Amino acid sequence: MGLGFDIAHMLAGLMVLASFLLLYQDRLPALINVLRLHGFILALAVAWQAYIQSAPHLYIAAVIALAVKALVIPGALDRIVDRLGIHREVETVGGIGPTMLAGMALVALSLRVMLPITAHADPVSRQDIALALSVVLIGLLIMVTRRNAVGQVAGFLSLENGIDLAAAGARGMPLVVELSVAFSVLIAFIVIGIFLFRIRERFDTVDLAALESFRGERQ
Amino acid sequence: MIGPPVIEALQMALVLLAAPGLVGIVRAVKARLQRREGPPLVQPYRQILRLLAKEVVLAENASWLFRTAPYLILALTWAASSVVPTFSTGLAFAPLGDLIVITALLGAARFLLALAGLDIGTSFGGIGASREAMFASLAEPAMLMIVVTLAIAAGSTQLSTIAAFMLSPAAGLRFSFALALVALVIVALAENGRIPIDNPATHLELTMVHEAMVLEYSGRHLAMIELAAALKLLLTISIIACIFFPFGLGLPGFAGFLVGLLSYAMKLGIAAILLGVFEVSIAKMRVFRVPELLGAGLMLGLLGTLLLYVSRGL
Amino acid sequence: MIPLAAVLAVPLAAALLLALIADYRLSARINIAASLLAFAGSLSFLFHRPAPGALFLIDDLNVVFIVLNTFVGFTTSLFSAGYIGHELESGKLTAGYLRFYHAMFQVMLFGMNLALVAANIGLMWVAVELATLSTVMMVGIYRTHAAIEAAWKYFILGSVGIALALFGTILVYLAAHPVIGSGAAGMLWTVLLAHAKDFDPALLDTAFVFLLLGYGTKVGLVPMHAWLPDAHAEGPTPISAVLSGLLLNVALYALLRFKILLAACPGAIAPGPLMIALGLVSTLLAALMLYRRRDIKRLFAYSSIEQMGIIVFAFGMAGPLGNLAGLLQMTMHSLTKSAIFFSVGHVAQVKGTQRIAEMGGLTESHPLLGWTLVAGVVAIAGLPPFGIFTSEFLIVSSSFSHAPLLAALLVLGLLVAFGALLLRLGGLAFGPVRGAVGPVRASSAPIFAHLALVLLAGLWLPPPLVAWFRHAASLLG
Repeated sequence: MGLGFDIAHMLAGLMVLASFLLLYQDRLPALINVLRLHGFILALAVAWQAYIQSAPHLYIAAVIALAVKALVIPGALDRIVDRLGIHREVETVGGIGPTMLAGMALVALSLRVMLPITAHADPVSRQDIALALSVVLIGLLIMVTRRNAVGQVAGFLSLENGIDLAAAGARGMPLVVELSVAFSVLIAFIVIGIFLFRIRERFDTVDLAALESFRGERQ
Repeated sequence: MIGPPVIEALQMALVLLAAPGLVGIVRAVKARLQRREGPPLVQPYRQILRLLAKEVVLAENASWLFRTAPYLILALTWAASSVVPTFSTGLAFAPLGDLIVITALLGAARFLLALAGLDIGTSFGGIGASREAMFASLAEPAMLMIVVTLAIAAGSTQLSTIAAFMLSPAAGLRFSFALALVALVIVALAENGRIPIDNPATHLELTMVHEAMVLEYSGRHLAMIELAAALKLLLTISIIACIFFPFGLGLPGFAGFLVGLLSYAMKLGIAAILLGVFEVSIAKMRVFRVPELLGAGLMLGLLGTLLLYVSRGL
Repeated sequence: MIPLAAVLAVPLAAALLLALIADYRLSARINIAASLLAFAGSLSFLFHRPAPGALFLIDDLNVVFIVLNTFVGFTTSLFSAGYIGHELESGKLTAGYLRFYHAMFQVMLFGMNLALVAANIGLMWVAVELATLSTVMMVGIYRTHAAIEAAWKYFILGSVGIALALFGTILVYLAAHPVIGSGAAGMLWTVLLAHAKDFDPALLDTAFVFLLLGYGTKVGLVPMHAWLPDAHAEGPTPISAVLSGLLLNVALYALLRFKILLAACPGAIAPGPLMIALGLVSTLLAALMLYRRRDIKRLFAYSSIEQMGIIVFAFGMAGPLGNLAGLLQMTMHSLTKSAIFFSVGHVAQVKGTQRIAEMGGLTESHPLLGWTLVAGVVAIAGLPPFGIFTSEFLIVSSSFSHAPLLAALLVLGLLVAFGALLLRLGGLAFGPVRGAVGPVRASSAPIFAHLALVLLAGLWLPPPLVAWFRHAASLLG
């Protein structure tokens, strides 16, 4: 219980706060900037875990997080927004008030779920995992409330950042680097997918509602 | 040795005397930043004295409520500021220095002001009162969330206990406190009708809130209200300083007393400068955006409370 | 080590090679050869298996899955060789896409094989992710509106699913940490299972919920099934066959492994009721949805959801009989459903559409396709003498003894699905001929092979096979 814990807690808490900013933000360029911040905080949090656990391999994970989550992916999303000309506001489902309250409820839920069952774990891991679950759940909420492909990707990315945080926080977990590489590949594919599938060109919108109209049985 | 009653009396006199000066400093900072000459620092004092000397003009349909409200508002605000440990924790009223009590006293003052605004029946008073009520309905829950956060951490809503806890090593660097501080600043801006929520410097905007309610007041009534407003600003700054920056508080002996006094003066000065800089660098919000800002304050308070459960002492 | 190399290295090498070869006829042959090699390698596991290591583990349980996986992979590569030629001629795909297709096919097989032989829960997760990614690429390969929508939906839902599964995996590690300590051992199946009795049960429970939601998405359980019908309907038919026949099994396998872990921890919740509930809901809902399908591939995709529901139900019931029935049902479903998709693929190519309303009288116009489709649908509907009848009978009879109400609900689902399938089959196979009646170059060998196996299983199960399955079932607890 010292400074090591306090800083780990602060970084994890900042991630939750950044998740709420993502949840609140309804303009795409700003959304991507918050995502960049989210990735940046993740890199710091992972690096701090590497320091307090004296686990050098986590530094690699932190560098990957910084490069992929904070620089490359948001940059690519910026390019997509630019290229596809979608600087407008994203349509969200449900009002901002209820959405934020739902996010709060999710944070409360994840604390309620994770704290009792991790009673035997190391305190740093414990708070990291509990907050990571909050980030994961808020990520899901973002995906549910966005009707736009880039918005959904932002939600997924924040969800994934939460999982990265959990993996880094679980003391001594092997394969963290490998898992984060695998995850980065997944995200890269998702982002490339937006390009590759040319959702904009084909559908004239990245709004998933437009995609939904093709859904189901074609008559 | 200085006993608690003496300190209490000193504090009550000091806050009343310092409040207009604080307003003067904020105005001076703003004027300097806007490259204006600005009024002298003593201008708020002069204004209050001038208003006290002036005749009161009452609207024909003003009731007793309209006439008594200014005194009550000042009394409530003064009472609230008498219990906040500003430069010393050894106040006679310190046991009453409870955050919930203070919130309630300020809430009562706000309620009276809104009633007075409605009393005359002018449209400006009505608009002001309704907006004030709208903001209060978000600011007060936010305030309570902050109180809950602090109470859970320190185990008390007592300001002097909280200050002592914050000074102890057990407090640590908790993220919840950072969230609570931001939330408290938002609430404080709303409580005092500062930019970006309201503009204290103008009577001309249709978006005004506080000034709309007091538009019909004049003479000594207006002096009371202005003094109460200045006192409230000093009070909220003192609360923030007492909770989050309690350095120099509670030191023993006369030297400790002097250190407390000096550090309090410094905190007030820094707060006034920061407020001035902040107000100059930001634009006033549209009234309909204000609930979003206050909602953010509420969210931060709530999040601070939640995160407290995973912070130290887990 | 050589069989292991055949199962893993061959698909990987083949993928690299196929990415370089432009001639699609040659690459189709290489595809078949590589799949055959992998199948041969997996067969050798029946006689000799490598000792469990830090990366790979082959035991009696996953051998069933591996053999099934490589076999269906092989027959699908046979089917695909004939199928994609037609796609090229009809201009739905270009040569460049075919190159991509063949390379991805082997990547997908590699991913699934890796997931099945992985000894480490992290490695298994990476493999499942790889298999997901490659199938997403395949589903979107036609690049029509609907295909892109299907691929995107599959992508997003699948990604969320595997993300949740990873969270569950981390929690499992965390539960193991106080007992096993830091390091790679904390993620090995063998080590985990040996120490499972000392794990924190509450943490393991929570982990299982995430794993069930995560891998359950990939199994296609209701309510996480939304991706499945679209992905089946809009991708190339060989991929539909592989999705239904293999990928769902791989996800199921992951789930079963964690179920074993949970069963070994005395304080943990019984995973059975959760699985039974999800399985029943999937069966009933999918059975009802079968009635309103107008697209033939969607019809059988919903049937896959229904079948996976039955299988998960069986594994949830557990016990030696329940597990045996579940394994049998899974095997039979893989074989039958891929055979059906093979037939359906040719039918759709001949008719130039997937709309059921524009097909009819297949037994008259294309006797071979028509009758194999009839046989497949009869088998999947659970009629004797096919193997699914045997396994469904086992499931129902074993669950009637201790949960009659649940068994009755399952029977209801089976009957509803049965009605829907036969209703559709009547119009498809019999009655007046509708739609185009052009000639078909069907590669019928895979269809016959699958159906023959299913028929054989329904008539006579060889005792060694039964003993083998019984043993695998006993591992499932």
